[in-house]
Amino acid sequence: MDFSNKYVLGFALIICMACSALVSATAVALKEQQDANKLLDQQRQVIRVAGLAAEDDPLPQTEVDRIFQEIEGRVIDRETGEYLDIDVTAVDPLKEAKKPDLSVATPAEFKAAQVSRLSNRLEVFEIKVPGKECIVLPIHGKGLWSTMYGYLALKRDLSKVVGITFYEHGETPGLGGEIDNKGWKKQWRERSVFEGNEVKLGVVKASAPRDKEYQVDGLSGATITTKGVDATIKLWLGPAGYGPYLKKVKGES
Amino acid sequence: MDKATKGILLDPLHEQNPVTLQVLGICSALAVTTKLETALVMSAALTFVLTSSNTIISLLRNKIPGSIRIITQLAIIASLVIVADQVLKAYLFETSKALSVFVGLIITNCIVMGRAEAFAMANPPGPSALDGFANSMGYSIVLIYVALFRELLGSGKVMGLPVFASVGDGGWYVPNGLMVLSPGAFFLIGLFIWVQRSVTPSLQEAD
Repeated sequence: MDFSNKYVLGFALIICMACSALVSATAVALKEQQDANKLLDQQRQVIRVAGLAAEDDPLPQTEVDRIFQEIEGRVIDRETGEYLDIDVTAVDPLKEAKKPDLSVATPAEFKAAQVSRLSNRLEVFEIKVPGKECIVLPIHGKGLWSTMYGYLALKRDLSKVVGITFYEHGETPGLGGEIDNKGWKKQWRERSVFEGNEVKLGVVKASAPRDKEYQVDGLSGATITTKGVDATIKLWLGPAGYGPYLKKVKGES
Repeated sequence: MDKATKGILLDPLHEQNPVTLQVLGICSALAVTTKLETALVMSAALTFVLTSSNTIISLLRNKIPGSIRIITQLAIIASLVIVADQVLKAYLFETSKALSVFVGLIITNCIVMGRAEAFAMANPPGPSALDGFANSMGYSIVLIYVALFRELLGSGKVMGLPVFASVGDGGWYVPNGLMVLSPGAFFLIGLFIWVQRSVTPSLQEAD
């Protein structure tokens, strides 16, 4: 069959219109449900990293809601560490870090984490469950292939690590991908964090001698990923990250 | 059911199986089959995309200009895949996280474009829809078989429920790590192809 050029162009145009209408309609219609899922997923991560539920606990919505009554999400000002009176769901630090007016460039000494900008506002989750008081901090930094997103939970008095988790990353499965391995994550528990004002918590190469009080064994075959995790910790616990906020928390407790 | 319809419906399950005979869609058969659950969701997503794309393309088959037919097919398939992906994100969030990019990659799944080009462009909507559905089933059978054994042998579970108590949980079964990796899927598909061609010798290729 022969079609004129006009017909071909018209046909292409109509197909494009119809397809884009279909795609946008679905995206708009399902947005609310998807956002709810994302929020639920984030809340589950927070609960697990804080050690309030087992790693493989499915945590249905009702359970999450119940536990979250004793968890307070707060928005803080990164530079001063002061609480801001904003609802935690209204702020997305990862998005704000991309906007020049809401973020600053990462100071040169923390370049190793390869996070180019830091948002001015950050989220923290304060767990108030009696006996399990801790603080959960969202962290991210670059490994070998990808940006690794996770949470770090510290005891309320900042003395020890409660847990760490990476919920999104694209590291090599079996090597760097082992950062979400249960056994490795377990190593982080009960490590000390600060010595004076210095962040000593970190990861060292698997074969290197390490200070067991503060340091975690690296993953063999994943030097760059592990260095990335180390730099991520140093960045976020340092003065450019949650440092000012943590100082305030320490003063209180 | 007349003979032609029966052929459309049954051939893709066995004699014209898209994965084991035409060796299409192998990439996802390796990637999403470490667990039965992800394989089932992937099969459902592909069934939706392939059946609808075949129907829509068949409805438009006399209107699609030959010069832009491939890109037209792709636009339709891509839109359907995005719809499927969005629905999964909204209603099966955990599984969609496990499937990650592979739902999106249905766009490049050779079975979908293959059926559009080979069948839907030349046949009326009814048979095309059937053809799409039957080919999805042919794909799903292989996926489910591979996933069932990979999950069972690789972690001692089926649908996440323990069948063989693994050593890690204090049982007796030592999980076969090879099954969790891609080569495990190759072995299983190879066995499937071997059994299939032994049962039906007419499927064997001449040397």
